[in-house]
Amino acid sequence: MVVKQVFDDKIEYISIIDENGNADAALFPKDVDDALVLRMYKRMGFARDFDAKLLSLQRQGRAVTYAPLLGEEATQIGSAFAMGEKDIFVPSFRQHAVQIERGIPLELLFIYWMGFEEGCVVSKPLRYLTNAVPVSTQLPHASGIAFAQKYNNTGAAVVVYVGDGGTSEGDFYEALNFAGVWKVPLVVIIENNQWAISIPRAKQSAALTLAQKAFAAGIEGMQVDGNDVVAVYKAVKDAIRRSLSEGGPFVIEAITYRMGMHTTADDPTKYRDSSDEAIWKNRDPLLRIRKYLSAKNLWDDDKERELHEENVKTLDAALEKAEKFVPDPSSVFKNVYSFMPDVLSSELSAGEAAGYWLGD
Amino acid sequence: MQANMVMAINDALRIAMENDSKVVLLGEDIGKDGGVFRVTEGLLAKFGEKRVIDTPLAESGIIGTSVGMALAGLRPIPEIQFAGFMFLGFSQLVNHAARFRSRSRSTLTVPMVVRTPVSGGVRTLEHHSESPEVYYSHMGGLVVVEPSSPYDAKGLMLSAVKLDDPVVFLEPTKLYRLFKQDIPDGSYEVPIGKANVLREGNDITIITYGTMVNVVQKTVDAKKVDAEIIDLRTINPLDTRTFVESAKKTGHVVIVHEASESFGAGAEVAARIAEEAIYELDAPILRVASPSLPYPFPGYEKYYLPNEKKIAEAIDKSLSS
Repeated sequence: MVVKQVFDDKIEYISIIDENGNADAALFPKDVDDALVLRMYKRMGFARDFDAKLLSLQRQGRAVTYAPLLGEEATQIGSAFAMGEKDIFVPSFRQHAVQIERGIPLELLFIYWMGFEEGCVVSKPLRYLTNAVPVSTQLPHASGIAFAQKYNNTGAAVVVYVGDGGTSEGDFYEALNFAGVWKVPLVVIIENNQWAISIPRAKQSAALTLAQKAFAAGIEGMQVDGNDVVAVYKAVKDAIRRSLSEGGPFVIEAITYRMGMHTTADDPTKYRDSSDEAIWKNRDPLLRIRKYLSAKNLWDDDKERELHEENVKTLDAALEKAEKFVPDPSSVFKNVYSFMPDVLSSELSAGEAAGYWLGD
Repeated sequence: MQANMVMAINDALRIAMENDSKVVLLGEDIGKDGGVFRVTEGLLAKFGEKRVIDTPLAESGIIGTSVGMALAGLRPIPEIQFAGFMFLGFSQLVNHAARFRSRSRSTLTVPMVVRTPVSGGVRTLEHHSESPEVYYSHMGGLVVVEPSSPYDAKGLMLSAVKLDDPVVFLEPTKLYRLFKQDIPDGSYEVPIGKANVLREGNDITIITYGTMVNVVQKTVDAKKVDAEIIDLRTINPLDTRTFVESAKKTGHVVIVHEASESFGAGAEVAARIAEEAIYELDAPILRVASPSLPYPFPGYEKYYLPNEKKIAEAIDKSLSS
């Protein structure tokens, strides 16, 4: 009889800047200077202003159901800044800040949230996909896109996002498993915001960490303080480098918190304790960096006000352009196939003749 | 070359891979094993593991990663081992493959061909005999083709690989080795979206596809009826014009398919004819299809499947009214 240990691994958690804005000098990445921290802080501020804008538009009936990112700015901005020019970004449906940083025009994001496919047009070469709503189904796409990068030897990695709830889906595991077998350059970011609508993290999985789900696919995983933009930046940058140089996927579980609602159709007071919210308010990802920068005299109230005013101007200008968008109902018929089948052309022309597609 | 359907599809895949280095094959057991029906036999040896990929056993993973490959510029041809297992990848097909073009206003496309064996009559286990064509046709965005001969199989595959749309390529298991045909050695295409008038006739129009094509042909030959036989070949989008014109000419219509009758392709064909030609018909449109129930175990399939007797009775009924 033989008894031996055949598997052993561990999950590390890193945090660099704490809730009080104090940085761990030993862990602080060499390639991050204060100028970069300042830039990331400003972009987190922009993300929060974008979020507030969309929330307000939805409440006014000018946008469809919207999924706020409030509280998850550090996970999104830190990871977006870590990506290289060529890397490809695959979102779930809450990574608005990453979309903005990856260069999706604000105007398109507004058009998307106004409810039009024209907000999802993508430029070439492929640098990102647009939102995937069914939960986790974007992960196999990311593995396939990563396969194509390896196949064509492009030197680009793929960074895909999924929520804590999404890790319970079959596609999450299937995608990790394929990527593990294929050893493709894929970084999976589990944006663990503790809640999948009303289901808390504890009810989602009995696993101690979600990062350890990587082990089942034979790949490595880690946790990062998802409210620490510097720690996220470091973790994702290292993971991208590893995925390219060592040829293999990597899973990062970013521990963050959904400070707002799941979507504008949701009411967290039905299921969430406000004391929980209070704890996480102290861990606000913007607050700690503001403390960090203020202590170095790099930030103050005036700068904060100016930033906010500038953001609002930028957002309003983009929104003004977006609201000039004129929908073309025939576009829903013309983009289904590479050719126009008889059935669609007759449905389109019959609808046009009857005036169904002329608007209100 | 003399080829059965397996050889014809294999030849088409070889030609497609030789013509375009972006074409990759992936699926369960498609490498050394050559696929459980041997459709990919010899292709691993010829093109290597980089392009002929044995995958983990996960249908959603196979179709979902193929979607990603296609978005990134490759032209994947995934194989799903049996149609009954393809439902595990259904979400990827209907939620993503079918929608990427429309939801990106044609800035993203999914050029892939999902191959799977379909239909019964081969006395095999549960979940190996389904005829799922309508599931993939209903929502729009997927092209669904089903050849009934080696010639059409090779030509449709070579068309499908070039198409910038996701294609569900249904291969009737029963026809894989049923007969050989003389087909061209080189490349040729059978148009997608175009039905095939297999036999011209004046008295009755019989519209069919897949496993039922040769059963209909035998029935018509035996009955010596002057029937026009139309093989749809493409289920979605339908070549409505061809069968509506034929219905107007003959005034009698029988639709024959193996998939169960309720909500089947026959319902769609019948509705199109009714909308466009009902006053030119001399008899009600009839359907011959399997009963509206889950596919039975192999012991019962001979009762379940449409056959020459059922088709002959429908022809008689139509012509006598």
